[in-house]
Amino acid sequence: MAKKLMKGSEAIGEAAIQAGCKLFFGYPITPQNEIPEYMSHRLPQVGGTFVQAESEVAASNMIYGAAGSGERVFTSSSSPGISLMQEGISYIAGSELPVVLVNIMRAGPGLGGILPSQADYFQATKGGGHGDYRLLVLAPWSVQEAADLIQDAFDLADFYRNPVMVLGDGLIGQMMEPVEFHPGRKPCKELKPKEWAATGCKGDRPTNIINSLFLDPAALEQHNHKLQAKYEAMKRDEIRYAEYGTDEPYDVLIVAYGTVARVCVTALEDLREAGIRAAMVRPVTLFPFPYARVRAAAERAKALLVVELSCGQMVEDVRLAVEGIRPVHFYGRQGGMLVTPEEVVDEARRLLAGPQQEADHA
Amino acid sequence: MLETVFCRTPALADVTTHYCPGCTHGVIHRLVAEVIDELGLRERTIGIAPVGCSVLAYNYFTTDFQEASHGRAPAVATGIKRARPDLIVFSYQGDGDLASIGMGEIVHCANRGEKITVIFVNNAIYGMTGGQMAPTTMPGQIATTCPLGRDVNLAGYPIRVAELLSTLRTPAFIARASVHTPLYAVNAKEMLRRAFRHQAEGRCFTLVEVLSTCPTNWGLPPAEATQWLEEHMLPYYPLGIFKEPGGEDRAPTPLGENR
Repeated sequence: MAKKLMKGSEAIGEAAIQAGCKLFFGYPITPQNEIPEYMSHRLPQVGGTFVQAESEVAASNMIYGAAGSGERVFTSSSSPGISLMQEGISYIAGSELPVVLVNIMRAGPGLGGILPSQADYFQATKGGGHGDYRLLVLAPWSVQEAADLIQDAFDLADFYRNPVMVLGDGLIGQMMEPVEFHPGRKPCKELKPKEWAATGCKGDRPTNIINSLFLDPAALEQHNHKLQAKYEAMKRDEIRYAEYGTDEPYDVLIVAYGTVARVCVTALEDLREAGIRAAMVRPVTLFPFPYARVRAAAERAKALLVVELSCGQMVEDVRLAVEGIRPVHFYGRQGGMLVTPEEVVDEARRLLAGPQQEADHA
Repeated sequence: MLETVFCRTPALADVTTHYCPGCTHGVIHRLVAEVIDELGLRERTIGIAPVGCSVLAYNYFTTDFQEASHGRAPAVATGIKRARPDLIVFSYQGDGDLASIGMGEIVHCANRGEKITVIFVNNAIYGMTGGQMAPTTMPGQIATTCPLGRDVNLAGYPIRVAELLSTLRTPAFIARASVHTPLYAVNAKEMLRRAFRHQAEGRCFTLVEVLSTCPTNWGLPPAEATQWLEEHMLPYYPLGIFKEPGGEDRAPTPLGENR
C-alpha cells in the first residue's frame, strides 16, 4: 500500500479499522475529536458500529460490555476524559478484557488546556483507577509509529486479555505525516479463540460470566496474583525501546518518549556539533518500562537528562532504573509549552558544567 | 403415568439465593427466567448484573452474564448489543443503581433506543448498603440517611422512573408492575413477556419497573411489608403500560384492564 499523508488522529482511526476493529464508543473532547469523527464515517463502510456515548463514563462501560462479547473494541479520549473513564478501565482490567484505549494527552490539571502534554504518565503507567492493575502502555513518536502501535495494541490486548493504552500527546493527534498501512499483516502475538466471551451459552456449555467481583478474600487474592503474573509476563516479553547514538561514547544520556524524543534527536545533532557527546534511549513501552536498558545505558554516561512535557513523571522511573549510580537531571515544560532543541542543548551543557548536586535539583 | 406439572424453569439456576426472607427479588428472578424460557431465548441471552442487592444475579440465572459497575448497566448493555445485535440483552437494576447513580446512563440508553430490556426493581430504599434513602424513598419514609423520614423540602419527591422515561419518544415499551401478591405477579410476568418479545422482534428499548418489598430495611415483617407497599407505594407509583410500540403516549392503564 502506498504512503498517504494523514493527520495522526485519522491514521490512528484507520489503523484500528485495519486491525479488524468494528466498534467505537466515545465522547468528544479536544484535541482528539478527529478520531471519533473519522470512526463515525469509516466504521459504517466496513460494517462496523459507531456510538457517541453520553459521557466518557458511559463510553468506558460500553467498551467494557462490547469487549465482554469478544469483539475488538476501541475508544479514544484526552486527559480529562480519560480520568472519567477510569471506572470502566479498572473493571476492564479486573475482568480481564481486551480493549484498546488512546489518550491524546492535553495539559492539566483540571480542565487545564487543549495543547500537548505528557502529564498523564503516572495515570497511564501506575494503574489510573482503583485497585492493583496495569495497562500495557505504548508511546508513539510519529504518525507512522502510532498507526503501527495501534495495530499491535489490539493483538497485545487480545493476547493478555488486558487493556492496552496508546499514549500520545496533542502533537501526535494533530500533525500530518506520511503513513503506510500493511493490509493483511500478521498479528504480533499468537492469538487463541475467545472461549471466555459472553455470547450466549448454547447446549451444555457452562455459563460465561464476565466479572471482577470476588467476595471471598482468598479468591480475590488469587485473582490479584493471576493479574500480577500477567504484568510480570509483559515485563519479560513486551519491553520496547529505541536508542540513538549509543554505539559511540557519550557523556550525557537523554531519556525521552513520544514527540519530545523527536525534539531531542535534533538536539543530539546540535550537541555533537557543540562538542558534547550525547546519546538517547527512547522508551516505546512505558509499562513495562525498560529499566534494565536505561540502567545499562546510564552506566556508560556521566549524567542523565530526562526531558518531558510534564513537571517530572517518567523521571521517577528513570531514577528507579539508575538506582543512584548517576545523577539524573530533569527538564520539562508544562501547560502546552513545548521543548526546543536549544533548551535541551542548554540543559545538557549546564548539566556537564555544574556540580552534580545542583544537577540533581529536579 | 406421572406427568410433571410444575418444575424449576431451566433459565433459573438450582441454587439458594442470598436474598432476605420476604424480599420479592426471588419472585422477579423467577418471572424473568420463565419468560426467557417460554420465549426460547436462554441460549442467546446475556444478563447484566448491577451493583446492589442483585449484584450476584449471575449466580441465579443459567444465561451468560456480565457484571456492571454501579449504575452503568445500560451502558454495558449498549456495548454488548451493539457488538452482537443477534443476542438478547437484559439488565436487572435496583432503584439506587438506576435512578440515582445511573440516571444518566438509563435516560440516554432509552433515548438512543437500544434494543435491550431493563428490569427496574423499585423497593424505595438502598438494600445492599443497609437501608439508606433512595431517589424512590417515599415522603416521610424512614431510612438510615433520613432518620426522621424523607423530608421533601430537602430531598424532593420520589422519582417516578416509568413516567419520566415515557416522556422520551424513542422507547418502545415502558410499564410498571408489582409482585406483592400472586395476582400482581401474573400481571408483572405479562409485562416482562411483552418487553422481551418486543426485543426479540427487534423493537427498541423496553423497561419494566417492578415494585418490590424490602422487609429488612423497611423494618417490617414480610406480610406487613406487602401491606405497606400496597398502601404507600401503589398510590404514588401507579401500575400499567406507559408506552407501547407505535402507540400514542398514554396515561397509565389500571391493572385490571391490560391483562
